[in-house]
Amino acid sequence: DERISVFELDYDYVQIPYEVTLWILLASLAKIGFHLYHRLPHLMPESCLLILVGVLVGAIIFGTDHKSPPVMDSSIYFLYLLPPIVLEGGYFMPTRPFFENLGSILWWAGLGSLVNAFGIGLSLYLVCQVQAFGLGDVNLLQNLLFGSLISAVDPAAVLAVFEEARVNEQLYLIIFGEALLNDGISVVLYNILIAFTKMHKFEDIEAVDILAGCARFVIVGVGGVLFGVVFGFISAFITRFTQNISAIEPLIVFMFSYLSYLAAETLYLSGILAITACAVTMKKYVEENVSQKSYTTIKYFMKMLSSVSETLIFIFMGVSTVGKNHEWNWAFICFTLVFCQIWRAISVFALFYVSNQFRTFPFSIKDQCIIFYSGVRGAGSFSLAFLLPLSLFPRKKMFVTATLVVIYFTTFIQGITIGPLVRYLDVKKTNKKESINEELHIRLMDHLKAGIEDVCGHWSHYQVRDKFKKFDHRYLRKILIRKNLPKSSIVSLYKKLEMKQAIEMVETGILSSTAFSVPQQAQRIQGIKRLSPEDVESMRDILTRNMYQVRQRTPSYNKYNLKPQTSEKQAKEILIRRQNTFRESRK
Amino acid sequence: MGSRSSRAAVIPDVDSIRRETGFSQASLLRLYQRFRALDRSEKGYLSRMDLQQIGALAVNPLGDRIIDSFFPDGSQRVDFSGFVRVLAYFRPIEDEDTGIRDSKQPEPLNSRMNKLRFAFQLYDLDRDGKISRQEMLQVLRLMVGVQVTEEQLESIADRTVQEADEDGDGAVSFLEFTKSLEKMNIEQKMSIRILK
Repeated sequence: DERISVFELDYDYVQIPYEVTLWILLASLAKIGFHLYHRLPHLMPESCLLILVGVLVGAIIFGTDHKSPPVMDSSIYFLYLLPPIVLEGGYFMPTRPFFENLGSILWWAGLGSLVNAFGIGLSLYLVCQVQAFGLGDVNLLQNLLFGSLISAVDPAAVLAVFEEARVNEQLYLIIFGEALLNDGISVVLYNILIAFTKMHKFEDIEAVDILAGCARFVIVGVGGVLFGVVFGFISAFITRFTQNISAIEPLIVFMFSYLSYLAAETLYLSGILAITACAVTMKKYVEENVSQKSYTTIKYFMKMLSSVSETLIFIFMGVSTVGKNHEWNWAFICFTLVFCQIWRAISVFALFYVSNQFRTFPFSIKDQCIIFYSGVRGAGSFSLAFLLPLSLFPRKKMFVTATLVVIYFTTFIQGITIGPLVRYLDVKKTNKKESINEELHIRLMDHLKAGIEDVCGHWSHYQVRDKFKKFDHRYLRKILIRKNLPKSSIVSLYKKLEMKQAIEMVETGILSSTAFSVPQQAQRIQGIKRLSPEDVESMRDILTRNMYQVRQRTPSYNKYNLKPQTSEKQAKEILIRRQNTFRESRK
Repeated sequence: MGSRSSRAAVIPDVDSIRRETGFSQASLLRLYQRFRALDRSEKGYLSRMDLQQIGALAVNPLGDRIIDSFFPDGSQRVDFSGFVRVLAYFRPIEDEDTGIRDSKQPEPLNSRMNKLRFAFQLYDLDRDGKISRQEMLQVLRLMVGVQVTEEQLESIADRTVQEADEDGDGAVSFLEFTKSLEKMNIEQKMSIRILK
């Protein structure tokens, strides 16, 4: 005889979304705290923070003996968590420098991954042969598979740490390019090796199969890129017609990117490379077509999605760390760590030695050391290890443990020390405070240098780029870009200047104080005022804080955040001022 | 390649430019291509408008003055040799340049002194060889955001001149300017890597 109850509790109904939301919220709060102390982001990569949050959540779940929501499985990871991360990487890749350095990037990312994967795999196999370690049942294929998943690096996570040391553009591009392509290549290799493992007997594998494997590697990669490019062009074409319904523009961008991923995956081609190629292709045209607000929405939404994905993966990682699913094998883990470093060093120095012969601006040894040291493993490796099918890998727990150890070691130790290392290798700044004179003159020279660099323009292999530019202008832009767009970049920049800001500037009297106006007071009396050191200090502070920043020629990419608005405000102020001097000088 | 070397012959006065600026053949070629790309109406020289079309310069606080430095003595056009001459100041100083130089030859354009001279002329608009307090104030106004008041700017300008001024004439001469920057690594600050 049931009565209607006034209050009821039904936690099971909301458990999954509720807990997932709580996790994401917790990570966001941690990030806010992380950025409040402004020196922290330069001390350690943000992925350290995410890992700690993950461990905390894992500890809570373990401690309360709670049954955690369905942990990550293969389809959730590959279909939902991975695409946003890869999309974000591809979209924020600065295209022009990327294509100029494409050869070096492909050579390093592609061959580097292969060398690392096979090197680590084979070395570990040799270690496994030693009877004393009790690893005899791990066969060659399993070792190779482990090598492929452990060689998936995520160096972009450390980019924010040494951003303030003006890393040169080439180095930045190589690291970014590696982060971008490395995931794709690792996953392709991983899938091929899983397919091999599924063949029942190791002895069944013949030379034919190996050749087929190599061919498949190439086809999967190239096919994925082709898919991505096609979808990129289609979506760029569609954005040409969306003037009147600009609210769906972000939707088109995201849906087509996701579709390229899924379509490629259907045919067992590389979805990661497809979505990357799609983002790179459509970015140029979409940015010109869509409205300013849609453009901002796309950027922010992309960051948000990838941030959520990565947070969830790190939480899963934390949950796995704190628990009973470990198998600790000293030999395997130590050798894994050692081989990771050794093989990365070998691949960096060997491959760059070769590619330096063909480059106009070779990478110095200093650069190569930075590249070597930025080999931080991240969420990608963990996911692949976690998703190893237990049936084929009886010692899966050992692999997972080893992967976790490598990730923790590289992220924390390398991540924290890479900042000081880069600063040490770079310009050795004197710690003495500079005089006001020096401050001013230094900033002037920085602006001057940036200006002259802009006059020089970008130098590249003109032929190929010119040919592509001609093709682009003659055919692609006509098809893909809307009509009636102003050609000059200055005009479109003015369009973005907000009325409100212009009004504010006039009212605060800034526009009257141009370089040409004669001040009211004539020559000041030469009274030399004695200024106390505190006055000088405060003067210097005012100067440092308020001088305009030099335009960053090196693209600045932060994996977890978008650039703050200060540089746009600065540009607007400068433009408004100069508009006035333009007019004055023409009178 | 045959076509590449014949293009070098297209550059007018290429030998005298090379001697004067010290650029390599390859760099001169690239600079010439850049010159031609900037000269959209193919006049053979660059006007101020052409340089103002470079979008990135528009948001550089010193954009106007940088453009002016390409047009010395009030001229309105700059040909390729003038263009390259300005850029030559920013050539990195190689080790071979600091070796034994024939003292009768003029100092190379990218020497430390000449780099400083180039920076000096950005301040000294009236070309009287001295940076007056007024000129310092003007540069400060260009380089500082709008939140700083006029009084603060004036006191900063005062202090800047006062720090560097040694003979007490209320202005900073070129020698005083170089002295105030003697600890700075000018060679690195004012060198652009790609201009080898």
